Amino acid sequence: MNTESKPATGSRPLSPVIIVGSFLLLLAFLFLIGQGLRRAYAGPIAIGQKVPAFELTTFEGEVIRTTDWQGKVIVVNFWASWCKPCEQEATDLERAWQHYREGREVLFLGVDYVDTEPEARAFIEKFGLTYPNGPDLRTKISQMFRIQGVPETYIIDRAGRLAFVKKGPTSFNEMTGVIDRLLAQAP
Amino acid sequence: MSGKVLRVFPSPLTVVLGIVLSLVLVGIVAGWASAQQPTPSDDEVNAIAKTMYCPVCENVPLDVCPTQACAQWRELIRQKLAEGWTEQQIKDYFVAQYGDRVLGEPPRRGLHWLVYVLPPLSFLVGVLILVNVFRNMRRPKEIAMSPGAAIQAAPSGDDPYVQQLEEELRRRERGD
Amino acid sequence: MIAEVGFGALIVAFIVAIYGIVAAVYGARRHMEPWLESGRRAMLLTWPLITLSVVCLVSLLVSGHYEVQYVYNVTSNFMPLYLKITALWGGQAGSLVFWSWLMAAFASAVTLRKWERDREFLPWVIVVTLVTLAFFLGLVIFVENPFVRFWQMPDGRQAVAMFAPRGAIPLVPMDGRGLNPLLRHPGMILHPPMLYLGFVSFVIPYAFGVAALITGRTDDRWIRITRRWTLVAWLFLSLGLILGSRWAYDVLGWGGYWGWDPVEIAAFMPWLSGTAFLHSVMIQEKRGLFKRWNMILVILTYALVIFGTFLTRSGVLSSVHAFAQSAIGPLFFGFIALTFAASMGLLLYRWNDLRSEGVMTSLLSREALFLLNNLLFMGILVVCFWGVIYPLISEIVTGQKVTVGPSYYERSTGPLFAALLLLMGIAPLSAWGHSTVKTLGRALWKPLVASVLVVIGLWLSGVRAWSALLAFWLVALVTLVTLYEYYRAVVARHRRTGENYLLALWNLAGRNRRRYGGYIIHLGVVLMALGIIGIELFQTETQGTVQPGGSIRLGDYTMLFQRLDVFDTQDGRNVARAVVSVFKGDRFVGELHPRRDFFYDSQQTMTIPGVRSTMEDDFYVILVDWQSSAQGITFKVYHNPLVNWLWLGGLVFILGTLVAAWPDREGVPARARASQTLVTQRVKP
Repeated sequence: MNTESKPATGSRPLSPVIIVGSFLLLLAFLFLIGQGLRRAYAGPIAIGQKVPAFELTTFEGEVIRTTDWQGKVIVVNFWASWCKPCEQEATDLERAWQHYREGREVLFLGVDYVDTEPEARAFIEKFGLTYPNGPDLRTKISQMFRIQGVPETYIIDRAGRLAFVKKGPTSFNEMTGVIDRLLAQAP
Repeated sequence: MSGKVLRVFPSPLTVVLGIVLSLVLVGIVAGWASAQQPTPSDDEVNAIAKTMYCPVCENVPLDVCPTQACAQWRELIRQKLAEGWTEQQIKDYFVAQYGDRVLGEPPRRGLHWLVYVLPPLSFLVGVLILVNVFRNMRRPKEIAMSPGAAIQAAPSGDDPYVQQLEEELRRRERGD
Repeated sequence: MIAEVGFGALIVAFIVAIYGIVAAVYGARRHMEPWLESGRRAMLLTWPLITLSVVCLVSLLVSGHYEVQYVYNVTSNFMPLYLKITALWGGQAGSLVFWSWLMAAFASAVTLRKWERDREFLPWVIVVTLVTLAFFLGLVIFVENPFVRFWQMPDGRQAVAMFAPRGAIPLVPMDGRGLNPLLRHPGMILHPPMLYLGFVSFVIPYAFGVAALITGRTDDRWIRITRRWTLVAWLFLSLGLILGSRWAYDVLGWGGYWGWDPVEIAAFMPWLSGTAFLHSVMIQEKRGLFKRWNMILVILTYALVIFGTFLTRSGVLSSVHAFAQSAIGPLFFGFIALTFAASMGLLLYRWNDLRSEGVMTSLLSREALFLLNNLLFMGILVVCFWGVIYPLISEIVTGQKVTVGPSYYERSTGPLFAALLLLMGIAPLSAWGHSTVKTLGRALWKPLVASVLVVIGLWLSGVRAWSALLAFWLVALVTLVTLYEYYRAVVARHRRTGENYLLALWNLAGRNRRRYGGYIIHLGVVLMALGIIGIELFQTETQGTVQPGGSIRLGDYTMLFQRLDVFDTQDGRNVARAVVSVFKGDRFVGELHPRRDFFYDSQQTMTIPGVRSTMEDDFYVILVDWQSSAQGITFKVYHNPLVNWLWLGGLVFILGTLVAAWPDREGVPARARASQTLVTQRVKP
């Protein structure tokens, strides 16, 4: 069975187009996987990183834009009514908000993650939350922060950079400690 | 129905009380023995939830996801159904609230068309390649008629298959 | 001490593997046999070394050395011995060791074969397998070390390290966190090893393929050598997939067996390309055609194995199966880039040497139909691949995640699977080299008529859904064709040799195991298809909330809720167990106990359905909720017709693969390709 004696079907040399094409395809595939990997490993926004602007529509329908609060400290808290540990920190969050409310130098935002409105409203009522709370529409904000669960609390400094991250329930003292330090910084 | 407060398993007293109370209730509601279906029924809710996904338990359909978040979503579907919303309206509402990922497959618009177009397209390319291969292979007809092919191409007798088989078997016997 | 030995053995194995690669390459380049032999022995040595490491890890697991982080994470005092042993593959680090161990076993086994006739392949087989092995060992040693321990630092902090940091004392927790309860099911105990076995054994055909490319010996020798390896790999992969489905059906509590979860698909994709490969190698063996395609397939299968492992372990995808995110992702990425690019480069380099040696003469010949089969498998593969990869693309381009769920896969692959079934009915009747409509029609018409009769019967008995009728017709056709094939062959043999029919069947199957084993596999597939049709097209479900004494009806069945027991068990579970009586019509047919287990150690719950199984159908009850509703206990009930045929078909399928892969008796003459005649398979050269 000699190879040479056989009818040489498809013996044309491989066109360079195909060679280049197949390697490009491989590169595209690798690029895709690499990007996915980078995302998966990027984790949440790192401390010191600039936090992109976002807006929150509260349950009352008010739209709050972080750009309107430039130069102030912003506390972003992710929560949900189905989340047990969130109940633990809710009163502390409200206390901290009351503590800074008058100064108008600190903004608290409650971002309600994957929740249903009636349940969320009941939660707000139950813990008497008065700072702006709103649903995370299309889960955009949580995807931006790349949160891993609830509760998570992010504090952004006057320069718009992330200064503090807490996964799991936070406390009054923990927050005020960070916020006071940030308020002391020059805008 | 509302799962507002996650209840711990009730104490025996409350169980007894609950049973007595509910028995009375059941009696009042004209002795319904079979499943008491809230309106709209669980099945109607599940029919919609089956094709939806909540971000809390990824890749598990909403109708079987055991987390509390998903239980709340199902309640929300029930509530919307009770308000007379259609399935499409409910889905649109969820998409607006939680993003495209709640749907079982990407919505057919923009980039997402790729999901639906690419597999058939690549299959088509495969078919074209195959046709091409066939064509290229069949071209050198004269050479193709190797002795083997000639033998096969000349069937004789009643059932060529049986003949082939017997031939095969004979060869094997000899080969052993 | 044990931990140090285990870790040491891994390091030595890693070094030995690296040495083996170097020695093999050097020996091949310089044509120095001693170096080559040394490389071979290095490869042989990896298995005992890793075995030592595995023994160490298992003894740590069994004896409850909770100071070892891995032991702490996957075992607890409550767990029975067998679970402590199988916890070896219950977590990321341990399963990587286990993976390496199986890989080494196959690597060692392949060195033990007779190499006289294909010595030139040896160095490159060594290189490919050892590179793969060294990569996994490297992951274990540098990133996911299962032997790291907890330490108490002098300043009171805790640390995790392999060796004691300065001044630290060992920290020994009293109890571990315990294995993920989902993994405590018998199906789950066997499922990962089978899948891993399937994965690692596909490395061997790939290694031979690459060796053929490198050496330029591109005849079908590499295919003949690896045929059985491929079948074995495929057997394990199939077993792994079947066990996985069974596990999902028994444990996950959603009334199904296959959820089109990305990680399931990751294991399914190499199976698809592997199946295509199994069919297309036959074309090359019989007819000398499509060498390139076979090479592409074997490379693709290996790539999908690596890619699948990567998907499962890197955290790129989130999935119920995915291991926790770890640092192995980037390393894996590098390995993928390297192996894919190298394989592709080699393939393109040898492209012209891989010419077909034959010609295709007929569109209805078996090789043509096999090619069609390959096209369909590739079609399914593309659907699967695209569905897995698209959410990544969407997230990168639009920043929004999307779900690609079962409906996409079912709609896209359904017609392709149906076409495959149809092909399964026709292809066995067509001949190698040449078939015409006439010859094919003559062979086909009897089973065809019979299968149509079956459909008419079904229609008369009330089945109206056209999809169901079509599916059942295909099933009937394939069954009848396969049985008819057996029948004709047995009768022919009986007539010729005078053997009785049973003996004739036995001898026939014994003489051409691949073909008749293959037919058994086809029958298995048909039975599985029956189960799948039943559950996909005829499944019904309902959900209801009832008090004790209340009932839920579904079709013919009624379930009567008796009572609910909530209790703690010896092994650390809190169980809520419902007692349910099942009636079919008015007849009492049994008692079921759907339950919800809560595991204290891992803080996880698990839903175990109560199932009444018959060959006709399953009545499947899940306890959904017993706490939050004041109106009673919520149950979800499924009626799954024919689903048990799926499991039966799985058994037949495995049996067929065993028949096909069973080693030949000693002294069977070497085979040569018989491209001249369609029938010869075992002619002496």
